[in-house]
Amino acid sequence: MLSEQLVDLSRLQFAVTAMYHFLFVPLTIGMTWILVIMESVYVMTGKTIYKDMTRFWGKLFGINFALGVTTGITMEFQFGTNWAYYSHYVGDIFGAPLAIEGLMAFFLESTFIGLFFFGWDRLSRKQHLLVTILMAVGTNLSALWILIANGWMQNPVGAEFSYVTMRMEMVDFWAVLFNPDAQAKFVHTVSAGYVTGAMFVLSISAFYLLRGRDVDFAKKSFRIAAAFGFASICSVIVLGDESGYTVGEAQQTKLAAMEAMWETEPAPAPLTLIAIPDEQEMKNDFVIELPWVMGIIGTRSLDKQIPGIKEIRAKNRERIVSGIAAVTALDALRKDPSATAIKEQFEAHKADLGFGLLLKKYVTDMADVTPEMIDQAVADTIPRVTPLFWTFRLMVAFGFLMLALFGAALWYSLKGNFADKPWLLRWSLWMLPLPWISCELGWFVAEYGRQPWTIYGVLPTHMSVSTLSVGNLYGSLAGFIGFYTLLLVVEMYLMIRFAKQGPGSLGTGRYDNEAVHATAHA
Amino acid sequence: MLFDYPTLKLIWWLLVGVLLIGFASMDGHDMGVGTLLPFVGKDDVERRIVINTVGPHWDGNQVWFITGGGAIFAAWPLVYATAFSGFYWAMLAVLWALFFRPVGFDYRSKIANPTWRKTWDWGLFVGGAVPPLIFGVAFGNLFQGVPFSFADNLMSTYTGSFWGLLNPFALLCGVVSTAMITFHGAVYLMHRTEDEVYRRTQIAMLIFGSLLLLTFSAAGIWLWQGIDGYAIVSAVDPNALPNPLDKQVIRQPGAWLANYDKVPATMALPALAYAGTLAAMLLAVNGATLAAFVASSMAIVGVIGTAGVSLFPFVMPSSTDLRSGLTVWDSVSSELTLNIMLWATLIFMPLIIVYTSWAYKVMAGKVTAAYIRENDHAAY
Ligand code: HDD
Ligand code: HEM
Ligand code: HEM
Repeated sequence: MLSEQLVDLSRLQFAVTAMYHFLFVPLTIGMTWILVIMESVYVMTGKTIYKDMTRFWGKLFGINFALGVTTGITMEFQFGTNWAYYSHYVGDIFGAPLAIEGLMAFFLESTFIGLFFFGWDRLSRKQHLLVTILMAVGTNLSALWILIANGWMQNPVGAEFSYVTMRMEMVDFWAVLFNPDAQAKFVHTVSAGYVTGAMFVLSISAFYLLRGRDVDFAKKSFRIAAAFGFASICSVIVLGDESGYTVGEAQQTKLAAMEAMWETEPAPAPLTLIAIPDEQEMKNDFVIELPWVMGIIGTRSLDKQIPGIKEIRAKNRERIVSGIAAVTALDALRKDPSATAIKEQFEAHKADLGFGLLLKKYVTDMADVTPEMIDQAVADTIPRVTPLFWTFRLMVAFGFLMLALFGAALWYSLKGNFADKPWLLRWSLWMLPLPWISCELGWFVAEYGRQPWTIYGVLPTHMSVSTLSVGNLYGSLAGFIGFYTLLLVVEMYLMIRFAKQGPGSLGTGRYDNEAVHATAHA
Repeated sequence: MLFDYPTLKLIWWLLVGVLLIGFASMDGHDMGVGTLLPFVGKDDVERRIVINTVGPHWDGNQVWFITGGGAIFAAWPLVYATAFSGFYWAMLAVLWALFFRPVGFDYRSKIANPTWRKTWDWGLFVGGAVPPLIFGVAFGNLFQGVPFSFADNLMSTYTGSFWGLLNPFALLCGVVSTAMITFHGAVYLMHRTEDEVYRRTQIAMLIFGSLLLLTFSAAGIWLWQGIDGYAIVSAVDPNALPNPLDKQVIRQPGAWLANYDKVPATMALPALAYAGTLAAMLLAVNGATLAAFVASSMAIVGVIGTAGVSLFPFVMPSSTDLRSGLTVWDSVSSELTLNIMLWATLIFMPLIIVYTSWAYKVMAGKVTAAYIRENDHAAY
């Protein structure tokens, strides 16, 4: 049995490194398209200001991109360093999208970003635009493949367990690819990235307008950001995750937890707006709810029921009991693969193998399982409700706040008088951190809500880690936090410095705050 | 399906080799340039010249490393799991050294302060010098066997320490690897520069080329005389479902050279290492730098190929529980996954080569001091 501390530290390290990575990812995803839009206008109209916009926002994009890459490298190898048993157990399926992501997306994105920055004088206008588009396509493809991998963790389709190789093996690649969970995740997550990019440009442009600097430049940027941002936030809210609800037990469990739905309500279920969940008594206090709404959102129907936590627990109890038989048979099969009777027992209970493995947190040998352990394992199958309930609501609230902002920004852009509305500009400026916070909250909901599994129903989190010492984990965790914090400080410093300076940093002679000749002589 | 399982397993051994060689050749020349940076660039303009020879390309090239990691995950999940968790601190040291590169390239010249710039220059040096050193050390340890074993459910446990990796033979392999990468980077840098930087780089090129020849020979002799290899003594069924615990392995003097006896044609690989290095040195001295770059890439094929063939069919032998050692037959993915990954590689690899070549063509030519001065705000 692996020590609980080791598992907790490994989770913490993954969470920290992934959340750092996702500070930079959404801005990259969103900015690439905004750059494509700006440069397309330049190519169509030939107006230099649009080229300068592409270059200036591109400069800020580059500062962010560098840390996206830095933190991404960690992610690619962390499954091996810290989640070795996970990597062995599901690498046959999970590794493929990661490798294809490299081949199909990262090469594209990273090769063309070099030409994006350095190819201005060596490429024709159309060639350079093509380069920018390919960079954006690469970026979005990378999100697609990693989310296919992540979607499979929530809804592990197209794979089967083999007791000879002791791992999950791919049986249907197309099922993995077209996993509805992955598709829903992709739409929601890249749209969240677009919102982030739009908010970034909107806020900083608003800052220039408030200062009365580079007004023409800022107005043009603001308008593009307002339109792009409005479309994106609608996509985040309307399309997004809904289809994720309808498939798979992982999402059902997550949904019940984040909605604090203890009982299976008669259809269509009400939506709980606000409540104080009581996890001991399994009930909610101070409830404010909207009738019917949850049922309609969750099932897209008036008559399908959404299972509540108590019902899910009862079902999981049966699966755990069946899983004990599966694990027992598997242990015997590993010793004697030819025993046919045992093979039959294993096949009969194989679907619940993962549920049996939940008990490995408490015992090594299934013969020693006690009823208390089963109770404990059943309780484990439901993630903690309170944090999910609140983080989810915060994300949604921020979503609607941003909808209002982008709606107003677009409205006054169309009317043409947004620059005379200091309240709107100030509002735009202060909302800058919201997309980042929402994204982090969203990942918390998605990942914490999947607990206690890394692969839902297949592999418990506590079995997934590498057999490292706790000391190793303290050391590496400290290293990552130290390194990343240092890099983040440097990044923020540069970002703020160049954002404050504005397009003058290009040194073209056309803007306020022109750059001085910067070559240092060492 | 085009190929049967045993053939696929072999193909993937070759493809992982191709990816490693691609990494060493492409990301390798960036790293070599990073290692040389503080020494061949004396003032800021010269250093910016050096940096901008790889400025537009380092990120694309680094994807060879990332894709190499992903491909090992997909094709050899047990190797990915066992090697990276076993070599935990070595792996983290590589990652942390690599952290300096994206930020070093992008941030260094954004601020004129000389201390700021010098600090990042040394960051780029670390990002260039440390990874090849550690990869070499890791290979050196593969030849000696790695202390790990599998439990019955194939959970691996590593029982060595980080310091145990730093034994003399492994350190020698680390020098081979660093010399190879720095040499290769020097050849590339000569191709893209002129004047002072060119002349200083030429000296470095000769030093590291000679060091490569010397240490490669020394490692070969040591391997032949002083290191026991590993051999499988039970029957091998390449078609079997992968299960590393299902074999018997012994330790045997000279086993690492057995493949050269069995297939004498493989002797071409060490020969290529020598021929490529010597040819690259000669060509570079005579100013044929592009041809020299091709030759030094061939030297890389030779060196990495030599290591791969010597170990074959092992990928990562275990020194403490011999049967746990990982081989190309029993650490692989399922037939379906190997097939899918083969198709993905066959489709995307040619595309990657085409557009990477185009990117190099667009940015071709010497990086000059005039270019740096004119592009003060845009260049790295
Ligand atoms: C939804 C999008 C998304 C998500 C969930 C992740 N990434 Fe990421 N990643 C990107 C979207 C992205 C990107 C937009 O393509 C990045 C971010 C910024 C950047 O520079 O490229 C990137 C960079 C990036 C890089 C550097 C690529 C390069 O050099 O161009 C690597 C190796 C990874 N990521 C790997 C991962 C892994 C293994 C993840 C999962 C654990 C992961 N990323 C989560
Ligand atoms: C970049 C965006 C992501 C963020 C911010 C993020 C966040 C998190 C968080 C907060 C945890 C800890 C959950 C917990 O243990 O309570 C976690 C765990 C984990 N995530 Fe993610 N995640 C991201 C993307 C991914 C992706 C794309 C994958 C897989 C492809 C992934 C795989 C995992 C794994 C293996 C764990 C550890 C096991 C676990 O605790 O479930 N994550 N992540
Ligand atoms: C009304 C608004 C929103 C709703 C109903 C909503 C819904 C959800 C749900 C249910 C999840 C969990 C998905 C899962 O576990 O698979 C999620 C995740 C996420 N959300 Fe939202 N969200 C909203 C707004 C936002 C906003 C405004 C952002 C950021 C700009 C955002 C970013 C994310 C991200 C990055 C994730 C994690 C990736 C994923 O699982 O798709 N969300 N969202």
